[in-house]
Amino acid sequence: MTIKLGVPSKGRLMEKTFDWFGARGVTLTRTGSDREYAGVVDGIEEVALVLLSAGEIPRELAAGRLHLGVTGTDLVREKLPLWEQQVQELAALGFGAADLILAVPQAWRDVDTLDDLDAVAAAFRTRHGMRLRIATKYHRLVREYLRLGGVADYELVDSQGATEGTVANETAEAIADITSSGETLRANHLKILLDGPILRSQATLWRSRTAAMDAAEKQALAHFCAQILGPVQTTGR
Amino acid sequence: MISRSQILAKAAELRAGFEAQGAQVVEPPILQPAGTLLDLYGEEIRARAYVTSDALRGEQMLRPDFTVPVVQMHMAEGAEPARYTYAGEVFRRQEHDPERANEYVQVGYEVFDRTDSAASDAEVFALIAGAVQPLGLRAVTGDIGVLMAAVAGLRTSAARRTALMRHIWRPRRFRALLDRYAGRRAPTAERRALLDGTAGPVTAPVIGLRSAAEIDARVAALREDAALPALSNEEVALIEALLSVKEDMPFALENLRDLAVDLPAIVPAVQRIEARAAALEARGIKTQSLPFETSYGRTSMEYYDGFVFGFYAPNRADLPAVASGGRYDALTRRLGRGAEIPAVGGVLRPGLMLTLETTQ
Repeated sequence: MTIKLGVPSKGRLMEKTFDWFGARGVTLTRTGSDREYAGVVDGIEEVALVLLSAGEIPRELAAGRLHLGVTGTDLVREKLPLWEQQVQELAALGFGAADLILAVPQAWRDVDTLDDLDAVAAAFRTRHGMRLRIATKYHRLVREYLRLGGVADYELVDSQGATEGTVANETAEAIADITSSGETLRANHLKILLDGPILRSQATLWRSRTAAMDAAEKQALAHFCAQILGPVQTTGR
Repeated sequence: MISRSQILAKAAELRAGFEAQGAQVVEPPILQPAGTLLDLYGEEIRARAYVTSDALRGEQMLRPDFTVPVVQMHMAEGAEPARYTYAGEVFRRQEHDPERANEYVQVGYEVFDRTDSAASDAEVFALIAGAVQPLGLRAVTGDIGVLMAAVAGLRTSAARRTALMRHIWRPRRFRALLDRYAGRRAPTAERRALLDGTAGPVTAPVIGLRSAAEIDARVAALREDAALPALSNEEVALIEALLSVKEDMPFALENLRDLAVDLPAIVPAVQRIEARAAALEARGIKTQSLPFETSYGRTSMEYYDGFVFGFYAPNRADLPAVASGGRYDALTRRLGRGAEIPAVGGVLRPGLMLTLETTQ
């Protein structure tokens, strides 16, 4: 009977999301202690706040357990195949900007582009008897990007954190990760390939195309969207 | 709606047909070690095959085809010559098209024989053609060996030929390399600076497994390559002409013979196509109206390195090939640990055959 709005449960992303909604007359607040993941929505009827990990929001939207959710473009594209059929992008929120990029050691003066990376991967495999390893948590996006770029002889190794350190630790030869300023990359002696980012991401408000709604909920959703976005098209799937 | 048991019954019937031709029935396991497939196809196979794992054996894949396990089995224990047949499910992960089946039944026939490649090619093609004959399908044939021979004969460095050969199956990348070697793409400012030695020194430490010596070796190789003359426009035009050959067999052969005057390296490959055409005729296939395309099978059939073929339902562009196959000599070399044997095979999709039978 209520519209469920999913918001990242911690950190700057949560605070900025609260600010963004606050500026549009909808006050989101965490309740209870700092550690309790519960919240309330003031300034509008029939909307409930759900606090959860940003990484789980795409899945919950696709499953229809959330009607609306705030999370990064990167996570939606990585986790939802055919994402356009499962969620609708309602608004880019103007923060949480980050690029998914491919980076190699700065010392690789012979590598500027994907073409170079491919040539190096071939030579690396011959020399070391294994495929060139790229550490990432964005497996689908990176694999698709490398396929379109015609890169062969590489291996994706999973890295869920501290990805920039994997090259120095010799568990990968290159990385694909999210960066905003590039500072961590430079500090770890890595440079970004010139071909441009795999994806430009930012915090985005999404609407589930799969969530079931009764007439009252449809009205509540339309009312909510009208308040925060102005009139937008949310009919159809 | 065609039931699973109908499909399995059709598969059993087709396999019995191949068995009657003297093929031995084999039943490869559904779970395949992921390492072999990853080595062969690279990381891209993860987008096409289901991966599962356990703590003891590590990653396993639900077989995406039968060819690899059949080749492995033959290379490990097979007697020569050998003919095999099989029927069973293959599994294909789908990320882009929910309409495509992620599990379907294949029936195959594979020949491992050193004596007469043209005759083996014709044997496989004729058997598959016979099985789909009532469906009125459109056949397409090709031969990746022609392009490979042309690349091997290019008047340029071995490194360039190797790089082109590595991307034979990736047309876009192949094209980009060809353009670069022909001097049609200007190097970036960064690359020019590296090549002429005006780039500033790199102060960053060498991190990771790739050593300073490897980096220096590639810089030397890049300079060497930059000093080479560009691939001539004539040679690039010949490759383009070769790739655009798309005719019925006799006219395609005529075109290829003309091209072979300026590309003598492809003469043996063209002779193989002629021998195959004769062997197909001997098997009762009318090559007069059999299409031949030099580029056929270049995007999807990575392990085929010679004859390739497919059968398609006319007016059903929505359906994938009902039958397909080809020659994969190089695959036996890669999986044979030093051994190799000429091999050719083809597969049928009984589910699609039944679909077409019921809609006709």
